[in-house]
Amino acid sequence: MFSPDALPVAASASNLLAAREQMAFTLGFHIVLSCLGVALPATILVANYIGLKKGDGDALELARRWSKAMAVTFAVGAVTGTVLSFEFGLLWPHFMDRFGAAFGIAFAIEGIFFFLEAIFLAIYIYGWKRLSGWAHFWSGVPMFVTGIGGAFAVVAANSWMNQPQGFTLDAAGKVVETEPLKILFNNATGYEVPHMLLAAYMVTGFLVASIYAVGMLKGRRDRLHRLGLLIPLTIACIVTPIQLFVGDTAAREVADHQPDKFAGMECIQKTGSHQTEYIGGICTSNGVKAAVPIPDLDSFLVGFSADTKVTGLDDIPVDERPPANTLLHLAFDAMVGIGTALLGLGAWLAFVWWKRRQIPKTPWFLRAVAISGAGAVLALWCGWIVTEVGRQPWIVQGYMRTSEAVTSAKGIWFSFGLVLLLYAAIGTIAVKVLRGMSRRWREGAAEPEGTPYAPPEGAAP
Amino acid sequence: MSKADVAAAILWVGVTFYALFGGADFGGGFWDLIAGDAARGERPRALIQRSLTPVWEANHVWLIFILVVLWTAFPPAFSAVFTTLYVPIALAAVGIVLRGSGFAFRKSIEGLAARRAAGATFALSSVLTPFFMGAVVGAVASGNVPAAGNGDAFSSWLEPLPLLTGAMFVATGAYLSAVFLVGDARRAGEQDLERYFVRRALAAAAVAGVAAAFGLVELHAEARYIFDRLVDQGLPLVILSALCGLALLALLLRGGRKPLRPLGAGAVVAVIWGWGVAQFPYLLPTSLRIDQAAAPDPTLVVVFVVFAIAAVLVLPSLGLLYTLSQRDLLEAEH
Repeated sequence: MFSPDALPVAASASNLLAAREQMAFTLGFHIVLSCLGVALPATILVANYIGLKKGDGDALELARRWSKAMAVTFAVGAVTGTVLSFEFGLLWPHFMDRFGAAFGIAFAIEGIFFFLEAIFLAIYIYGWKRLSGWAHFWSGVPMFVTGIGGAFAVVAANSWMNQPQGFTLDAAGKVVETEPLKILFNNATGYEVPHMLLAAYMVTGFLVASIYAVGMLKGRRDRLHRLGLLIPLTIACIVTPIQLFVGDTAAREVADHQPDKFAGMECIQKTGSHQTEYIGGICTSNGVKAAVPIPDLDSFLVGFSADTKVTGLDDIPVDERPPANTLLHLAFDAMVGIGTALLGLGAWLAFVWWKRRQIPKTPWFLRAVAISGAGAVLALWCGWIVTEVGRQPWIVQGYMRTSEAVTSAKGIWFSFGLVLLLYAAIGTIAVKVLRGMSRRWREGAAEPEGTPYAPPEGAAP
Repeated sequence: MSKADVAAAILWVGVTFYALFGGADFGGGFWDLIAGDAARGERPRALIQRSLTPVWEANHVWLIFILVVLWTAFPPAFSAVFTTLYVPIALAAVGIVLRGSGFAFRKSIEGLAARRAAGATFALSSVLTPFFMGAVVGAVASGNVPAAGNGDAFSSWLEPLPLLTGAMFVATGAYLSAVFLVGDARRAGEQDLERYFVRRALAAAAVAGVAAAFGLVELHAEARYIFDRLVDQGLPLVILSALCGLALLALLLRGGRKPLRPLGAGAVVAVIWGWGVAQFPYLLPTSLRIDQAAAPDPTLVVVFVVFAIAAVLVLPSLGLLYTLSQRDLLEAEH
């Protein structure tokens, strides 16, 4: 008889791949929704503030509509976030067993922010009708604060995985002492947290603006659409240059503190100065093929001088080198490229606005805005690929390998398949629901009645 | 009381709140599921929808709180439970996703068939989710989770006590929900719905009571450690729970108004703490004690600080949400 115990190593390697795929997929799905959770409140509050301050009915209407859309995205975000909490135990139980006492600290703090966010979001979303204008506005302000706080806590936990500190291990590798402040404010917190926060504002701003750009391209050029494009786009365009600065700093920090990740994402084979910066290309052990090489630039970017020595993969033990260097490299380049293009889009808007106080008239501008949302999401995913794949084979850099963390539970490929189907359905329905809302608003149609199953009165089934 | 014991008490506070409010939300889904066809079920479903809409997400966060405190303060216990009971835990996670998204979608999706499908998904997963959570809890109580984890994936929970606990979770949620909905119907001035949920509260109480009686028998057979302490140190709480339950029954039968909700909640809270007392000092009876599983002190202190902040900030905010909701200042459909 075949015994499953006969192949523990093979089973665990297969589990590792399945678990990593499932984690990557569920995180990639959730991260878009959490960006909306972090940054949509501020966008809505800006519209709400303009509406109240200037008696602007269009701005108020936008705030009201966006908050209804947020009710849907927050609900899906809350449950897909819960799945991630479960996955810590279902996929990575040995990581939690060994490091939960350190890693968990940031999540304990996140719990408070998530709680307050859920409470005030509900008050804001459902308070439109009965609360007075300004009371309602102020009930929404905590959402803005908790979004930032929650993002800080979660990303601080991830930063700690990249640059772990603030704990003592005994001989058996068990955490016996912790220093919570050192864990929370580790060396990566300072750049990872702002990088992700700004990314959330970029994703949200460009994504919302892109929806209105599509509408305007279809000929809906009323004030509501122009305002619906301008408010989020302005926010996104303001944060984009800051993001490029933060991202640039982050890359230098990674080069200093995680040289293995940096070597992987820049395809640096040999340690030395005068490193060439490769744009695009395929990483091989004989150098980068099919890339645009710029001599000395990589060294210059890391240390502002061509003489800067940059660590190459040859200085990293073979079994500690990050995998999939081409993927890492292309993801990194795509993120930087998209960010730069979005910076250009912002400059275009700023220039025309400065000259003529209006949105650029050419449809090319609207087309660019229309794809900016998808671009920002793509850049977000690329950034997480660099962070997470670039840290492999470690789950806690230098302390624990991902292969040591993974569960030995059976059926992870099955659960990954189930999750794919489930999330595909939820994603499709969520988009359908949001599009339906938007169409009803456009047609001025009434909302479906509150009663769950009853046919709308007088309506055809 | 050691720091580890305080952390365990905090975990238990989270469990209590989740059982009360999260449990009642699941119960709402149960009543929605069996409310009958579109015409017959329309009004009770509308009431359930109104009651749940503004609060379910906030109530759901208690689950996150429980998970976070468990893995931060007691990492080995978290890992042992998740490597053994991953089947019912994964099923509960799927249920949570389906419940939340089904509920969110059914309000705003177009087309009667699609709304029915979303609603049915919400309602059915509202029953399955607490069932699997109960199975997890029952398996832990039975001592089927070894401290080192990796217990049997199926036999650990496919036993009478875990399955019975799952059923008890569903019945208790339904009972709490019906008690809360009696109050909501009363406030809305819908007397027939008030009677509708009084009948259902009584039925759920009877089912929960019978399940609890069977549970005691099974506890005696499968979880002797807990049984012995439940009828000893835990006895006052068990009696208190029974008294609350009986007082509530009398109140419902007389059509009395107050204190409906405190009695309903009291019956459940007393049982939860009775169980806690009975399981003490074990997280996993009888293989892992609270002090053996506890994280280093500074981590536990973070949990205390977080809990203190939650008590100062989150509880009043929750109070505000419930107050606004109960005064009809929050509208599901705006």
